[in-house]
Amino acid sequence: MNRELRTENSTRTVLFKIKRQASPGSQAYWEEFELPWKRHMNVISSLMDIAANPVTREGKPTTPLTYDSNCLEEVCGSCAMLINGRARMACSALVDNLEQPIRLEPLSKFPVVRDLAVDRSVLFENLKAVKAWIPLDGTYDLGAGPRMSQKQQEEAYPLSRCISCCCCMEVCPQFNEHTGFVGAATISQVRLFNTHPTGEMMKHERLTALMGDGGIQECGYAQNCVEACPKDIPLTRSISDVGREVMKQAVTDFFRR
Amino acid sequence: MAGASNPKIIVIGGGLAGLSAVIKIAEKGGHVDLFSIVPVKRSHSVCAQGGINAAKNLKGEGDSAWQHFDDTVYGGDFLANQPPVKSMCEAAPGIIDLLDRMGVPFNRTPEGLLDFRRFGGTLYHRTAFAGATTGQQLLYALDEQVRRHESEGSVTKYEHWEFLSAVLDGKRVCRGICAMDLRSMEVRTFPADAVIIATGGIGAIFGKSTNSVVCTGSAQSALYQQGCYYANGEFIQVHPTSIPGEDKLRLMSESARGEGGRVWVPKQKDDKRDPLSIPELERWYFLEEWYPKYGNLVPRDVATRAIHKVVYEHGLGIDGQPAAYLDLTHVDRATLDRKLEGILEIYEKFVGDDPRETPMKIFPGMHYTMGGLWVDFKQATNIPGLFAAGECEYQYHGANRLGANSLVSCIFGGFTAGPNALAYAKGLAKSAAGVDSSHFDSERKRQVEINAGLMLSDGSENPFRLWRELGELMTRNCTVIRYNKALQETDAKICEFLERFKHINLSDKTNWANTSVVFARQLYNMLQLSRVIAQGAALRNESRGAHYKPDFPERDDKNWLKTTKVSFAPDADEPKFEFEPVDSSLIPPRPRRYDMAK
Ligand SMILES: Cc1cc2nc3c(=O)[nH]c(=O)nc-3n(C[C@H](O)[C@H](O)[C@H](O)COP(=O)(O)OP(=O)(O)OC[C@H]3O[C@@H](n4cnc5c(N)ncnc54)[C@H](O)[C@@H]3O)c2cc1C
Ligand code: SF4
Ligand code: SF4
Ligand code: FES
Repeated sequence: MNRELRTENSTRTVLFKIKRQASPGSQAYWEEFELPWKRHMNVISSLMDIAANPVTREGKPTTPLTYDSNCLEEVCGSCAMLINGRARMACSALVDNLEQPIRLEPLSKFPVVRDLAVDRSVLFENLKAVKAWIPLDGTYDLGAGPRMSQKQQEEAYPLSRCISCCCCMEVCPQFNEHTGFVGAATISQVRLFNTHPTGEMMKHERLTALMGDGGIQECGYAQNCVEACPKDIPLTRSISDVGREVMKQAVTDFFRR
Repeated sequence: MAGASNPKIIVIGGGLAGLSAVIKIAEKGGHVDLFSIVPVKRSHSVCAQGGINAAKNLKGEGDSAWQHFDDTVYGGDFLANQPPVKSMCEAAPGIIDLLDRMGVPFNRTPEGLLDFRRFGGTLYHRTAFAGATTGQQLLYALDEQVRRHESEGSVTKYEHWEFLSAVLDGKRVCRGICAMDLRSMEVRTFPADAVIIATGGIGAIFGKSTNSVVCTGSAQSALYQQGCYYANGEFIQVHPTSIPGEDKLRLMSESARGEGGRVWVPKQKDDKRDPLSIPELERWYFLEEWYPKYGNLVPRDVATRAIHKVVYEHGLGIDGQPAAYLDLTHVDRATLDRKLEGILEIYEKFVGDDPRETPMKIFPGMHYTMGGLWVDFKQATNIPGLFAAGECEYQYHGANRLGANSLVSCIFGGFTAGPNALAYAKGLAKSAAGVDSSHFDSERKRQVEINAGLMLSDGSENPFRLWRELGELMTRNCTVIRYNKALQETDAKICEFLERFKHINLSDKTNWANTSVVFARQLYNMLQLSRVIAQGAALRNESRGAHYKPDFPERDDKNWLKTTKVSFAPDADEPKFEFEPVDSSLIPPRPRRYDMAK
């Protein structure tokens, strides 16, 4: 196309610097990409554009990026990564709001699978350990569930919106191999189930699971978690509520012994 | 060996349908291997916003299961076989109770009972909801129950595994599956006494849709190519109100209209004024004018065609763009925050405007497939041992699905498929363990060769670009308005794409977490299934539900009150069509109109 005839839009480009790694054991390296700018583009739509034309900024053919995504509307929790150093969801990261070059890296506290995809199964294991479910007798018809006030629903609902993205764990100074800390998301789920009229019946077991090494005592109340959470879950409130309950129970358990 | 006393069931897919089946089987003592591309908690079902239907009649309106049944059959333009729809509507209130017991934070009334809202295609408040993320809340409740069964040892999860095909024995009975580990790329077979497919929708065939990324229909297509019937593929629901985007069409749920949202365009062409400064009299509330009884809550196909018409025939799209306003600015902020926060957040996040302050810009987008794997009333496909439930099968919604009816059909379908699969497995003369291993070996070999072929191919076609072309083609010709000439051209074009697919070039030839191979395989299956949609639409010379042909504008019960059933003819590499009468034994078909009460 004749240079002079190009409109502003068709020349505008977006610059990405992406950290890559071919497999769990291999060396990481960086690649740069320059993409045509589009309206409302976000980090995932940019990664899709790269897949359709996998060529680096220098013109070198490369492979499409491996990354996790599914819903593209910030509700499935798949696409967490470090964007300009911050743990957040890639599908809701609008390119126009980001400083360039946009740096993409995998979450740093989870094993890398490939490129931007990491293994976050630890959270699902933690949810098992604290029995994050309602104990149900069976799925046969037993009539309606317990009555609940609007207020109770309004407290439970925000906690139940956790998308298991693990951003809160990524930013937590206490979440590392040394402590084995479960992280804020799991603690908040304990609060959710412990305040449900039926869920409450397993309160003791859940609190016990949060005692000792790796339990709630590891939390240093740094509050990084609540700031990183894309769903604005009141994590510090959950941690202090559950922390108090764990303390109370530890004391009663002690005297019962 | 005798029948399976300790039957092993495989479930593919961990959305609402898959998880519902898993829970029933685990509860009855069976063991389940659960496969899913994404961790099941990240399945597409999390996207459902609006709610789930059940005639609980908690608003003193005299609602009943029969009313729900009638609305569903009528909304589906009488194409659904009626008996299973009736069973679903009768089971729905019990399903809501169960979800409530599982801890779903449904919205409440002041008395502490479940609250219900009104959705499209009904005059009753029949939709239970949990904020504006009902699907997420339901999926989580089921996911938690499955995690419980998993920790008790009755469920084994295979997440980040993709189903490739069924393993069929010499008598074409399903004896297991072949799947691929999406990280190590290992291809493996797994024996099972029965298999349930719950792989969801097919949005990716249309490029951009309201669906999630993994909704490609690849599993359904693979099974169709192995001999499963695919039914009513031509019925594709286009949601009237989606938010156009670069990567996907994000949904603006029908609940926005359920809570009072009004659709309008400026009466004057190319009106450049700020929408809020346009006076009432200069706005055209065309849905309220054309359909006074249902207003903004006409069923989806009706609303979609109306918006299409206003934009393309009247030329009244906002700013000359394909868009109309969906306006909530007259509803008070507290109500909006309480009932719609989740969906308004999406608009705010992805568009940048606050819908409480300024009307949203929306346009119809591909949303749901009414068609899917053919199943009988027990959710069994025509291949013995293979069952299906959820959006991947065709049974409950006829020619058009009513809002908030999918979630209930997924759960009901899963609850039906699970026990039936288990009963089938228990009745088997020979369990999968006794099946000749050669069937497993040859299926595995076939799949490994497909991968090898793709890796070796060094043409010039990029699979992701080819996919975009397919999406544009299908969206243009196989959605809101259909013409035979364009449909025939579409099929010819897909054949061209299949030809080009032979010259695919994977820019990634490595053997670890290689997304290009995986995508190329899905693309091939999407291409095969697209032909079922395009040809089915071309053949059906009438208009019914979501299928609309201006050249055949009326419903034609005499010739077309029939289920489309498609099988794959491997030698011809083509879909083969047949038509099956619809079971209308309970409600005689009547004309479907929304400009007056039915
Ligand atoms: C934006 C949006 C909003 C909606 N809102 C509503 C609503 O308010 N009310 C309503 O009733 N309906 C709604 N629907 C429709 C409804 O959400 C879906 O129809 C329903 O969730 C489908 O559930 P499912 O269990 O069939 O499949 P999904 O939830 O899509 O799950 C499919 C599963 O299959 C797995 N899978 C797919 N292919 C393979 C493979 N080859 N191998 C292994 N695993 C595989 C996936 O990983 C996933 O676990 C909405 C749909 C959309 C798009
Ligand atoms: S408060 Fe701090 S230490 Fe505690 S979970 Fe949050 S980030 Fe971690
Ligand atoms: S609490 Fe927030 S940050 Fe943590 S996993 Fe849940 S949604 Fe993500
Ligand atoms: S893709 Fe689902 S949260 Fe980003």
